[in-house]
Amino acid sequence: MGATHLKCRECATEYALEASFVCNRCFGPLEVAYDHTGLGDDPAATRRRIQAGPQNIWRYADFLPLAAPPAPSQRVGSILGLPAGCTPLLKADRLAERLGLGEVWVKNDAHNPTHSFKDRVVAVAAARARELGFDTLACASTGNLANAVAAAGAALGMDSYVFIPSNLEEQKILATGIYGTNLVKIRGNYDDVNRLCLELSGEHESWAFVNVNMRPYYAEGSKTLAYEISEQLGFRTPDRIVSPIASGSLFTKIGKGFREWLDLGLIEGDVPIMSGAQATGCSPVATAFGEGRNVCKPVKPDTIAKSLAIGNPADGPYAIDLANQTGGTIDAVTDDEIREGIKLLAETTGVFTETAGGVTTATLKKLADRGEIAKDERVVLVITGDGLKTLDAVRGSFESYEIDADVASFNTTVPTPTEVTA
Amino acid sequence: MSVTVKLPTQLRDAAAGNAAVSVEGTTVGEALEALFAEHGELRERLFQDGELRRFVNVFVAGEDVRYLDGLETAVPAGGELTILPAVAGG
Repeated sequence: MGATHLKCRECATEYALEASFVCNRCFGPLEVAYDHTGLGDDPAATRRRIQAGPQNIWRYADFLPLAAPPAPSQRVGSILGLPAGCTPLLKADRLAERLGLGEVWVKNDAHNPTHSFKDRVVAVAAARARELGFDTLACASTGNLANAVAAAGAALGMDSYVFIPSNLEEQKILATGIYGTNLVKIRGNYDDVNRLCLELSGEHESWAFVNVNMRPYYAEGSKTLAYEISEQLGFRTPDRIVSPIASGSLFTKIGKGFREWLDLGLIEGDVPIMSGAQATGCSPVATAFGEGRNVCKPVKPDTIAKSLAIGNPADGPYAIDLANQTGGTIDAVTDDEIREGIKLLAETTGVFTETAGGVTTATLKKLADRGEIAKDERVVLVITGDGLKTLDAVRGSFESYEIDADVASFNTTVPTPTEVTA
Repeated sequence: MSVTVKLPTQLRDAAAGNAAVSVEGTTVGEALEALFAEHGELRERLFQDGELRRFVNVFVAGEDVRYLDGLETAVPAGGELTILPAVAGG
């Protein structure tokens, strides 16, 4: 494999490719380091090999921290597990027009096995967990990860323990428990769940906590969003990415994915301008960015965007660095703007997203209204999850007609455009 | 006043293998100073320029001290102080 070791992002101490996530010296997060020698020698050949790969993230196996891709490279079928990725990139002309922008695309990651981008990170973490000999998966989750881990456990025949805040959306709880996982609802917020899981991971060393001890591998899965977007644009980078920020991991790994492929000469362009999106009710990263700091002061979340409700975001500083390096932005939007964002995306693109996508869409609108986005920019909006997961957010947001089953009732109740007869 | 400091697995090698250490102190800062007096190597692991390192979280009764008064946060007698690495999630 191309991965060579784990490396501390703070002090550069190196570690073996095992289930560890934090530097023993300085507590900095560990990240996977690679030797990609050879992959950039003949970019056209590497691109061809990628294009001939399976229709899922394993087409990017050379860039993921696995000893071997977990299943034979079938194009569409799967021998093992739930293949994630290769989700649609949709040109969103009506959304662009509504916002007065030139070119907008929607990366619809709701098109994953459990309807969020978390299937990407879980696929990588679970595959690496199997390689390292773990038999149990676990996670601390704000909901989407819970769905993905429970489903992956079922698909791979592994036991799983899923820890969530007890006040999560009912849809996310139901779409987790059905997979037969050990579902543990914590009386507390996500940061409480995370703290408990950290303590438990020290006590259960045979468990692969995908976002604790497997975190370096897990996080790499998010890079595949950058690979896919560039491949779908003809091996070019877009000019700007608008992506949600919770812990900051997805946002920074999208940047890393573009950087890796640019360094190898696989794609043309530059690292896109990175625009981050948070909810006002949980915006420690946007606040620190706005104040010109890169240390995030923890907050107590209070927002309908529960999947983004991480009050103490560990990758926040890196997200801020990336936004600054690329001339980007990090904004926060209110719950009302989030609801309007969900509606705007649905009405103009046919994509129904959960609250996190409402945050992203509302942030795009905010940037457009502020004149931040140049007319010639190619913008990609990263939609991370499905609207069916957060139905309460849209309840009462539209009107419908209830009529008797006869034409007269229809004609008197439902307004229609005047018919033109030839 | 005695306070229990719970250590994560990553720090136990620097504390003679202990998962918890009992120290004297009435604030987080005092308790940590007492901890460093016993296990000197921990200071550099947890502190940078006299402050908690960016990725070190300290909890008193389940609450991150960054929400409270930082190193000045009071710790009740017989209380518990938990040190954990910061880890993102989602």
